[in-house]
Amino acid sequence: MRRLRHWGPGLLLLSPSLILLAVFVYGLIAWTTKVSLSDEHNARGSKGFVGIDNYKNLFTNDIQDRFTHSLKNLLIFTLVFLVGAMLLGLLWAFLLERGVRGEGFFRTVYLFPMAVSFIASGVVWRWLMNPLKGDGAGGLNAVFGSLHLDFLQSTWWTNPDWGMASMAMPAVWQLSGYVMALFLAGFRGIPQELREAAAMDGASTYRLYRNVIFPQLTPVALSALIILGHMSMKMFDLIMSVSGPQWLTEVPAIYVWQTLLTSDYAKSAAISIVLLLLVAVVIVPYLIYTNRAEKNT
Amino acid sequence: MRFTRRAAIAVVGVAALLTASACGSSDDGGDGGSGSKKVEVFTWWADGGEKAGLDGLVAQFGKDCAGQEFVNGAVAGGAGANAKQVLASRLQQKDPPDTFQAHAGAELGDYINAGQVEDLSADYDTWGLKTAFPQGLIQNLTVDGKIYSVPANIHRANVVWTNKKVVADAGITSDPTDLASFIADLDKVKAKGIAAPLAIGKDWTQLMLFESVLITDLGADKFTGLWNGKTDWNSAEVTKGINDFKTLLTYTNKDRDALDWTDAEKLVMDGKAAYQLMGDWEAADLDAKKFADYAWFTFPGNGTTFQWLADSFVLPTGAKNAEGTKCWLKTVGSADGQKAFNTKKGSIPARTDAVPADYPKYQQAAMADWKSATQVPSCAHGSACTQGWQGAANSALGAFSSNQDVAGLQKALAAAASQFVKK
Repeated sequence: MRRLRHWGPGLLLLSPSLILLAVFVYGLIAWTTKVSLSDEHNARGSKGFVGIDNYKNLFTNDIQDRFTHSLKNLLIFTLVFLVGAMLLGLLWAFLLERGVRGEGFFRTVYLFPMAVSFIASGVVWRWLMNPLKGDGAGGLNAVFGSLHLDFLQSTWWTNPDWGMASMAMPAVWQLSGYVMALFLAGFRGIPQELREAAAMDGASTYRLYRNVIFPQLTPVALSALIILGHMSMKMFDLIMSVSGPQWLTEVPAIYVWQTLLTSDYAKSAAISIVLLLLVAVVIVPYLIYTNRAEKNT
Repeated sequence: MRFTRRAAIAVVGVAALLTASACGSSDDGGDGGSGSKKVEVFTWWADGGEKAGLDGLVAQFGKDCAGQEFVNGAVAGGAGANAKQVLASRLQQKDPPDTFQAHAGAELGDYINAGQVEDLSADYDTWGLKTAFPQGLIQNLTVDGKIYSVPANIHRANVVWTNKKVVADAGITSDPTDLASFIADLDKVKAKGIAAPLAIGKDWTQLMLFESVLITDLGADKFTGLWNGKTDWNSAEVTKGINDFKTLLTYTNKDRDALDWTDAEKLVMDGKAAYQLMGDWEAADLDAKKFADYAWFTFPGNGTTFQWLADSFVLPTGAKNAEGTKCWLKTVGSADGQKAFNTKKGSIPARTDAVPADYPKYQQAAMADWKSATQVPSCAHGSACTQGWQGAANSALGAFSSNQDVAGLQKALAAAASQFVKK
């Protein structure tokens, strides 16, 4: 009774959100898993349980290897997006941290793209990344053409091999400012004493950053990676507004949507679960890591 | 974190309210109760010519079915994608609208197999539709001896639209009648400095072109057979079709995957291309854009084949007001209803007894063809294949656009056929 008094009110307070989570997150994940193990391939409903056939078919028996192709696209997109946004964000944060005039102004400028929705910026980038070269060129290609930098003209996202790298450009442009803000906060959180101590020890600027500042930024970098990584895995809206749903730029999230529209519920559920696992691979170790870090403090 | 007691109570209160409101909002919806005189018509016609056509139909419905009340259940957006999702969940919950819009033909297959729509064959006889519609259409609509939908309109898919000036400048005086002469004409236009004489857009527009080439190479019967399992996708004729299609792609714009059909249409309007294969909604669109200098011909080699697609209405199983729905369907199929709808939407009536003088120039020509032509269905627009098949075909064509792998495309299409045919 006394123990109930102890944790009862807390549980009562938490229960609404616990119930909502149980139903709308974990309940629906369980439901999706169930559908993904059934043969509900059209509006007629399910006839039975088929085990992991849907998953096997995705990897081995999909027409034209559509699913593995979408995974390949996602991999290229994620790599370019993560590396691009992290490097640019770090660079900007570093420059601002070194102390420039009008820091507030630049901070706002860099951060601003994040306020635009992917749909809105996607429409603009669709036009910027017009794939025509030469006379009929538009967007960036036209700019390059008029600057006599024709060799820079590109077919952008319509390139069958590296198109997804161009597709990551708008995402890099939008999220670099966010990474910058994270890193800037990281820089500011490092006590002044550490820098002074390093200066007393006669460390050069390079040594100061290499051995004192950057190691302190590891948790920030990890957080940024996780946040961008899971965004990238679920990328849908940007690609939909730049290229629309099509083979060239298909990623798993779009494939889910496509199969759902054709009433292939089992297949779209299976892709969703694969996507969930992919995100979990990124998120779960991070959660464990932060959990440990919090316990230690 | 420290919380004051008051804040905690507020949080619990808000959460409780949210839960309560979430539970409370599920009991309304579009049901009018049994014995009602309301007919909820579920469509994705929410604006433009489609909305105008629907309004025309509603006015006719008001005259023909006094006592019944029309309820607009339109769900806008996504070219029907949003509406189809809403519809699927309503059908699953056994809460169907009184009637809904669907592409006539194979796309109805899922609903038919699920027992979600009722057989209308007897009504076809009562309403005299079996003689009013051409035989080819009746055959395409019939599934295992039964007909499940009433088409409101007909569009034609296998039409090539031209920019008259560009074609004339190239010294072309007559329309091509087979693929060889079409390619010769494309060469002539190209010689005049137009790099991409045939305008095309992304995957589904490529599928339309590919289907037209297949009609030419296989003929109407074998082409229809591709979609019902009677023609083999692995045959040499299909290989030839893919190779011809590949040849045609060399005359098209390189940025095709970045364009929608209206972008390709603009290439023709601007004189940057001479030809575009597109459905006959392009006529209404060109007229709306005040571009008068266009002409059209049936895709070379298609002869008198009319590749059709149609919007149709059905009687869902468990409709609350079946009597009202039947009256709506009767109006949709009637001469007056088809006129009210099609003169506004820019399509042609499915009936062969319509008066051509009521329609604009292109539609008159199409109506004349509709009576005499051989009807074949279209996969890109759902009359030949289910949505799953359509998605696989679009994806295969999208891949072909960049890799140009003839064997790969044939293999993918054959795999899609074996997966989806008669399922």
